[in-house]
Amino acid sequence: MSDSPQPNAGQPNPNARVVIIGAGHAGGTLASLLRQYKHEGPITLIGDEPIPPYQRPPLSKAWLKGEADAESLALKPLEYYAEHNIDFRPSVRATDIQRSAKVVTLSDGSSVPYDYLVIATGARAVALPIEGAGLAGVMALRTAADAETLKATIGPGKRLAVVGGGYIGLEVAASGRALGAEVVVLERETRLLARVATEVLSTFFKSYHEQHGVVFELGCSVEGFVGEAGHVTGVKLADGRTIPCDAVVVGVGATPNDELAAACGLNVVRGITVDLEARTSDPAIFAIGDVAHRPMPIYDRMFRMESVPNALEQAKQAACAITGRPAPKGEVPWQWSDQYDLKLQIAGYAFDVDEIVVRGDPQSGHFAVFHLKGDLIQSVEAINAPPEFMAGRQLIGSRTPISKVKLADPSISMKEVAA
Amino acid sequence: MPKITFIEFDGTPHEVDAKVGVSVMEAAVRVDTPGIDADCGGACACATCHVYVEPEWVEKTGVRSPMERSMLDFAENVEENSRLSCQIKVTDELDGLVVRMPESQH
Repeated sequence: MSDSPQPNAGQPNPNARVVIIGAGHAGGTLASLLRQYKHEGPITLIGDEPIPPYQRPPLSKAWLKGEADAESLALKPLEYYAEHNIDFRPSVRATDIQRSAKVVTLSDGSSVPYDYLVIATGARAVALPIEGAGLAGVMALRTAADAETLKATIGPGKRLAVVGGGYIGLEVAASGRALGAEVVVLERETRLLARVATEVLSTFFKSYHEQHGVVFELGCSVEGFVGEAGHVTGVKLADGRTIPCDAVVVGVGATPNDELAAACGLNVVRGITVDLEARTSDPAIFAIGDVAHRPMPIYDRMFRMESVPNALEQAKQAACAITGRPAPKGEVPWQWSDQYDLKLQIAGYAFDVDEIVVRGDPQSGHFAVFHLKGDLIQSVEAINAPPEFMAGRQLIGSRTPISKVKLADPSISMKEVAA
Repeated sequence: MPKITFIEFDGTPHEVDAKVGVSVMEAAVRVDTPGIDADCGGACACATCHVYVEPEWVEKTGVRSPMERSMLDFAENVEENSRLSCQIKVTDELDGLVVRMPESQH
């Protein structure tokens, strides 16, 4: 084909056919970035949900509490896609990628040819392989449909059990309390956020949630769910107790949807391996968002992240590579969580950390936990502390050594710490 | 619907019809206005929807919350009239609002 671009040929082809599998935050953002960057060729956006790309973070926060409507979740209004000549195909999945023919087969039997393929299939919630997991009322929280189900189930007087004391679990717990439900959080580890945060933060969140009426069962093993007439009525613990409930949210992590990539022979290691352009081992195929196992130059390693900023950064990388723009500047990974009146902002990841500095008094509700490698900041978790977050993020990116003494002293401003 | 004009750093204007009740950031993003990234979707967590409000509109757009103020404190090229556009709600009184965009949000 004469109009087909040669990958890495130097000259981008503005008429290249781009097919995006996955219409989440990454896929949706990429489609609109390509149009913003003046890509003129056909763009096909394939999504397995019935609605156009939307923001997932509010599903456990503002949306669940009724503070945001469906329209405000959408990245763009539905008519945007037609207006920008983006062929958005809802409620359909890609079932096969034929790399030699450059064709994707869909679950409705149709096939779509591509010059560039972008895999943005995200991750799915890990399901607990235990008795009763199929009962009505036992749910994950990943999609707008999940959130609708949850919202319809919880309310004043209802009892909600949350399995997993991670960020999703805690956000759901906070929203559940705001909606008047009784909430119990069941966690296997002996502290909350065990895999992702320091003990200082675990302790802080536990007591804050307890003040808001959440009950915790830590170090407990969930054995199964019991129900009546097909609907969950309780969570069975290994110690013999049954915690009564009207609904269960299981938030025990996510696993990348990388099977399609593995099946067509791309390099896959707990996520699809990509480079700094978000390109896979096949130069005509990119992978972005939660599904990608990507380089992180600041930390000198490969990692898979589940966050909106990561999805946006990789969408930008792929859009630049496809349209022949210079690669965007590397970003410091970050994420956030809202619970009650708490704003948690996290920058970086706590890799290779040898010291922790807590700035401010957790009792005050404004503090930050810095994770250091020597005198370099690797990550910061800031609670209601935007200066610590903003300055910390900049210092992580610039790899500027800091004074630990100054950092630990909240009377010295972050501007001065960073100076 | 109130009209808002977003002026890109290079001077290109974009006039946008904004629904009352949404944020100025949302009004921009829905129609793909370049120059507003809004990475966090309006949670006041990222400072990538930074705009300069034209002087005659500063009063009508209200005051910065403490959270917004401290986020802006560490953004780049902050001026007296800097705001995070996710924190300005569109009202009928803002019909005709003009905001300018910084060179970069990152």
